Amino acid sequence: MLVGTRKGAFVLTSDGKRQDWTVDGPHFGGWEMYHVKGSPVNPDRIYASQTSGWFGQLIQRSDDGGKSWEPVGNKFTYEGEVGEHLWYDGTLRPWEWQRVWHLEPSLTDAETVYAGAEDAALFRSTDGGQNWGELTALRQHDSAPWWQPGAGGMCLHTIIQDPSNPQRMFIAISAAGAFRTDDGGESWTPINQGLNSEGIPDPDAKVGHCVHRIALHRSNPDVLYMQKHWDVMRSDNAGDSWVEVSGNLPSDFGFPIDVHAHEPETIYVVPIKSDSEHFPPDGKLRVYRSKTGGNEWEALTSGLPQSDCYVNVLRDAMAVDSLDECGIYFGTTGGQVYGSADGGDNWEPIVRDLPPVLSVEVQTLS
Amino acid sequence: MIEVVLPAHLRRLAEVDGSVQLEIDGAVTQRTVLDALEARYPMLEGTIRDHHTKKRRAFVRFFACKEDLSNESPDEPLPEEVASGKEPYLVVGAMAGG
Repeated sequence: MLVGTRKGAFVLTSDGKRQDWTVDGPHFGGWEMYHVKGSPVNPDRIYASQTSGWFGQLIQRSDDGGKSWEPVGNKFTYEGEVGEHLWYDGTLRPWEWQRVWHLEPSLTDAETVYAGAEDAALFRSTDGGQNWGELTALRQHDSAPWWQPGAGGMCLHTIIQDPSNPQRMFIAISAAGAFRTDDGGESWTPINQGLNSEGIPDPDAKVGHCVHRIALHRSNPDVLYMQKHWDVMRSDNAGDSWVEVSGNLPSDFGFPIDVHAHEPETIYVVPIKSDSEHFPPDGKLRVYRSKTGGNEWEALTSGLPQSDCYVNVLRDAMAVDSLDECGIYFGTTGGQVYGSADGGDNWEPIVRDLPPVLSVEVQTLS
Repeated sequence: MIEVVLPAHLRRLAEVDGSVQLEIDGAVTQRTVLDALEARYPMLEGTIRDHHTKKRRAFVRFFACKEDLSNESPDEPLPEEVASGKEPYLVVGAMAGG
């Protein structure tokens, strides 16, 4: 398990039983590690986004499964006309580089990796992170001047490659919404029809929605699940339209959403009380599971704190493994990483006292 | 020989112990010192100065001879004590936060 935190990265390792874990780290102690993710082609190849308010952005690369690291390219350039977007006060403001939120290694080539940035833009490296180029069509989309930052900044935080179509990719930006390309990034279409956001002037606007996370199952890539700022949503047509599937959730605000490794209709969210109270309802940390692709949800509480718990779970901090009995993992802003080796029925803390967890990824190694 | 002292995070990044000794040909200015530093340790590019503008990052400061040189022109000569190696050129992570 690759865990990014506010003060370093940690590599957690277990065998297939997933009962006993070793904790290796911190790597890059003191730095914000927004995301650490391995290549599905070569799991020894891991990319990490290392950032600091003092010293800026670095990208680290490991070729031995996280035992050792080397800094690679950190030169990210908004190419062409930089452009402007809406700022909090209604004025226009030029794009300004902040950091890489998310790294998504290619499904087919260990040297290729995508980076989602704040201020929102999509970058790609085809040489293992040494050199980065922007896929400019996204930032130069006609709607871009109307994008504006969410409370966490105007970040491109979700990158999903369609495993059945190398030309298709989905991305999400807070607070612009979700976009899809069907031509390898040459052009992008907003896919926000059906989203309804009361926090924006036109609740069903084409762009401007605060999408927190999107997930899909590789066997059924036309079905997308979304945790929006408020509302859990589902699309059965690759994002062309969405319907709400919040159903009986105690709150439909939250950040992560993920899909069971072997059951495409089994999904997980962590309800959070509200956008002004970033903690679980009633002080109870509950993962909610739907085995029907939404609408009907059950609380998973065994092993999770059910009183006096006021942590948050951030959007990149949930992951699943691909063992026969699917494991589910998430990290909290309180520094706990919880794991379930039985699809969410029972949970145990794997480690309790890390710095606030920003991201969790899992590699299932043979 | 110019002596440059880096903050702990950048020493670890560059894998150096203690201070860095740099040979500078020509004028000894903040720009030539930082250019030489980045040439020796390319992983530091972008961590002290912006890649494109070469401006100092906001929370990085430059000190020498008990003076704050952060806002001085990068092309002004550094003090003779620095140029002669008697005094170090300090790259400092600014105190910030609670």
